[in-house]
Amino acid sequence: MTLRRVSVELNGRLVEATVEPRLLLSDFIRHDAGLTGTHVGCEHGVCGACTVQLDGAPVRSCLLFAVQANGRSIRTVESLAAANGDLHPLQQAFHESHALQCGFCTPGFLMTLEAVFRETDVTALADREIRELLAGHLCRCTGYQNIVRAVRLAGERMRA
Amino acid sequence: MPRKEDLPHLTGTARFVGDVELPGMLHARIVRSPLAHARISSIGTGEALAQPGVAAVLTADDLPPATPPIPTRMFSQPGLERFLQQPLARDTVRYSGEPVAVVVAASRYVAEDAAELVELELEPLEPVLAVERALEPEAPVLHEEAGTNVAGSFVVEHGDIDAAFAAAALVVEERLAVQRHAAVPLEPRGLVANLDESGVVTVLGAAKIPHVNRRILAQLLGWPEARVRLVELHVGGGFGARGEFYPEDFLVPYCAVRLGRPVSWIEDRAEHLRACNHSREQVHELALALDGNGRFLGLRDRLLNDSGAYVRTHGLVVPGMGAALLPGPYRWPAYRCEVSHVVTCKTPAGTYRSPGRYEANFARERLIDVAAHRLGLDPVELRRRNLVPPTGMPYASGTNTDGHPVVYDSGDYPLLLEKACRRFDWDGLRRWRHERPGDGRRRGLGLAFFVEKSGIARWEYARVELSGSGAATVYSGSASMGQGVETVLAQVCADALGVAFEDVTVVHGDTASIPDGMGAFGSRAATLGGSAVHLAAESLRTRVREQGAPAPGETLSADARFESEDMTFPYGVHVAAVEVDVETGRVDIHRYGVAYDVGRALNPTLVEGQIVGGVAQGVGGALLEELVYDERGQLLSASFVDYLLPTAVEVPPVDVLITEDAPTPRNPLGAKGAGEGGAAAAGAAVANAVADALGVEVTRLPLSPERVVALAGGRT
Amino acid sequence: MKPPPFEYDDPRRLDEALALLAEHGAEAKVLAGGQSLVPLLNFRLARPRRLIDVNGLGELDYLRFENGTLRIGALTRQAALERSSETAQRVPLLTRAVRFVGHPQIRNRGTVGGSVAHADPAAELPAALSALDARYRLRTRSGERVVASEELFLAARTTALAPDELLVEVEVDVPGPATGSAFVEFSRRYGGAALAGAAVLVTLDGSGACERARIGLLAAGPTPVRAREAEVWLRGATIDAATAAEAGARAAAGVTPPGDIHGSSDYRRALVETMVTRALLEAVARA
Repeated sequence: MTLRRVSVELNGRLVEATVEPRLLLSDFIRHDAGLTGTHVGCEHGVCGACTVQLDGAPVRSCLLFAVQANGRSIRTVESLAAANGDLHPLQQAFHESHALQCGFCTPGFLMTLEAVFRETDVTALADREIRELLAGHLCRCTGYQNIVRAVRLAGERMRA
Repeated sequence: MPRKEDLPHLTGTARFVGDVELPGMLHARIVRSPLAHARISSIGTGEALAQPGVAAVLTADDLPPATPPIPTRMFSQPGLERFLQQPLARDTVRYSGEPVAVVVAASRYVAEDAAELVELELEPLEPVLAVERALEPEAPVLHEEAGTNVAGSFVVEHGDIDAAFAAAALVVEERLAVQRHAAVPLEPRGLVANLDESGVVTVLGAAKIPHVNRRILAQLLGWPEARVRLVELHVGGGFGARGEFYPEDFLVPYCAVRLGRPVSWIEDRAEHLRACNHSREQVHELALALDGNGRFLGLRDRLLNDSGAYVRTHGLVVPGMGAALLPGPYRWPAYRCEVSHVVTCKTPAGTYRSPGRYEANFARERLIDVAAHRLGLDPVELRRRNLVPPTGMPYASGTNTDGHPVVYDSGDYPLLLEKACRRFDWDGLRRWRHERPGDGRRRGLGLAFFVEKSGIARWEYARVELSGSGAATVYSGSASMGQGVETVLAQVCADALGVAFEDVTVVHGDTASIPDGMGAFGSRAATLGGSAVHLAAESLRTRVREQGAPAPGETLSADARFESEDMTFPYGVHVAAVEVDVETGRVDIHRYGVAYDVGRALNPTLVEGQIVGGVAQGVGGALLEELVYDERGQLLSASFVDYLLPTAVEVPPVDVLITEDAPTPRNPLGAKGAGEGGAAAAGAAVANAVADALGVEVTRLPLSPERVVALAGGRT
Repeated sequence: MKPPPFEYDDPRRLDEALALLAEHGAEAKVLAGGQSLVPLLNFRLARPRRLIDVNGLGELDYLRFENGTLRIGALTRQAALERSSETAQRVPLLTRAVRFVGHPQIRNRGTVGGSVAHADPAAELPAALSALDARYRLRTRSGERVVASEELFLAARTTALAPDELLVEVEVDVPGPATGSAFVEFSRRYGGAALAGAAVLVTLDGSGACERARIGLLAAGPTPVRAREAEVWLRGATIDAATAAEAGARAAAGVTPPGDIHGSSDYRRALVETMVTRALLEAVARA
């Protein structure tokens, strides 16, 4: 199988490697770039744990090949906190709302929500609509209730 | 108070076992039987071994011949040893997914490629796929030495059951069944094993019961325990399924030892659904005898538990727990539960949150509603009439678990029922239920009352250190799977030692730094783990008072082992209000409430989180989740496309009322464990609500749309 | 669940892609959004020797209204279709249908052309496009042909695309005035696979009776199904609860949906009746 050289902008830094075309982007992020905050829960696009942003849009990294990210920009959970360590309002809201237990699904949720918050005024949404936004991510620990609370809390703070 | 555990998870710096990379690390892939029942004629490893990047391909023949099967660690019974699993199948495979070989290679991709090249020659045998079939005299026997498919059986009883039924004014009887489903944590299993120069094999990715599993691994390797070290990393949920000793828990360390290289095994989701413990598949042939005044006279049960192909490390705990807690919060002058734990050619089954109780609560609470309906009595009133009164505490329920009598420690059941009805506005819900929504949907209301247990397996260890800088460290034999153990133990230590919560660090999950422990399962972490910490911290505080605080650079410590013969018994009520679309069969949950008495809530936010999480799983089991096999024993629900976990839309908001009316006298904290109460009665409550909505008898889960349409008398 | 090995091409232009298909088409699969194909690769249910990644063909990514026809480039992302306000105004059936396709994360990559070419019987877009009498432009290195839904969709996950052919565009005539549409589906989970669904357009005559109905069904058979008998029966009828139910019954009588662990054939057939009935009532209210 012919190897390919890829150059991917990951959280603002260029990561280069020579890879098999079949290498999944999720594995490239986790093992070639060493960013293990993105998790693998199913490898068929359902659970959402592997969600990252491709040019700002949330996508399943388990359904992309690393070669497809060549020349593109990827953002993962490690990019959310500020350089000085200050948490993104979403991270802070998750923490204060007890919106995570085992934490395995959390990075995926955060990467989807960060994009949602850029495009939508969450404070205008009903609970049902927030739950629909969250439905692309499975969580087995929290029962989602506190995640809804975290979204509300972050929404209020980010609007202020 | 926000958890100590959160920061690494929020910033992506947590360390799960799949994140571990060690120099020279190889990757293992388990080769699994494609057939449900077959004799192994041969396993050809040559082609796989010849692939570039493949370091080894091992079969049962490559394991030390003296390697024993995986033993039970609890709830055993003579004869059970004939149903235990070898780490690799030797002559016979008994479920689709059973490990038959291990491939170790340079990458997971290459290992998976090579695994496909292993040539399995199998002679198919007739698969036995249902308990009823397994019990037939002519059915194939899975374990020849045993000569039977009944792996274990026992009776739990008290009083004169025949007299009770003979004297009954009314007997209601049903066959109630819960479907096979499973814990399915979001992180699949994984292990990284490494043999170091001192001859110690370290296994990363341990969970739940690291000390127990270390003992088992050492036994299987034939090594002293001192040469085996298990270390927990971050764990993506357990719920009872992760952490039992599986074949991989031997195979991966064995490969590392044999190859002298670190070996990583990370399960994928398809594998997880076939290979990690299934659960819940249970039938109750249940009968309830009442007198003319609606008083319970007797409860009689034949409990059939589907074990899958082998008996797991925790033996008969699932039906054992079911038989022990089937009586619930009620008085039963007579009780008899006859249990059969039966093997079938399916993935082995084990514990899953509220094991045995989710099923038993469904059966019992359904039957009580049926009885109420037949008697023309309000279902809440029928329950109220039969609750164990607070004056009855401590209450010997007449059952036992693993030889231990079940004695409810404390409880005011009528008070909780009253509080639940008030908080969830039962009367208002009844009015809502009687309105017609006008769109053809039917409304129903369901309630379930249950007793849970916590603090099983009797002891836990803790050591507390206080340094001259004022920082405290807790070493606990407990384990973390995301439930907030570190936070709770830190709180307990801070309270007892008199230091700030922020100054406490909790260490757990490394058998090298904590000499012993029992782990985290059965809702024991706060109660037993916390009690051990409490005792150690109190002991340390006393020393400090007597000897003075440690000087800079000095450390004082105290350790404690908290032992309790008896479990503690939290109890609760679930209330569900549903709307059923009788054309499509969709069940929407309009309102859901859980009232739960935990004795003392050490951290109410965490307790609430556990309950809501439990409800989500319980609702998933009631409506969506099912592990379905075809007639050849192939798992059809083999991915998240077919095994349906509930999303934020399917899980309702849950109103949680935590009460502390009945602290336990059995530990210094007064606390009962909260981990399982959210799941325990969710099947029961939803089933009762749907039965109420449709005016039919619901006797099976899940209430899939098709089943609901059929129950509603629909067109199919 | 790692995919098996494959060779990989990422052409930058359509003619390159067509040349690759001409040479390798028989042993290659086209990779567009990948939301359906990559799971098959990860499960090793598909083992193409070669993937031809067409995501670089920017020239196929467009949504254009021209002379009463909506032209959708095959590479148009489902998310772009969803966000297109002109489509929401002029062909709202597509906007409604695409919102049921998985979740936003899926729609950010999934393409209109990919959904059509993958031809999952339970997919939303093929059923909606079928109801809209869409036309599909298929191109090879040597030429082009335009086919209708009935010609394109042959069986479950099987289209008439030849190995060297690429779907490049989907054409939809903008529905006329006095037309209302609805998309209704039933799935066990929000965003999950549909057990049944109906894409419906109703055009009313001057007196408010049904001049023309178009009913496209998903998950009712191996391909999207047009419930022609029901459509014919509705001509001239006033669509109300009774006639909608009758049309639903006729639509259901005409199909034998494949059953699986989520629903038997009989149950799904009953769902077809419910979906069509509800969709007709919704559509007529909007006409």
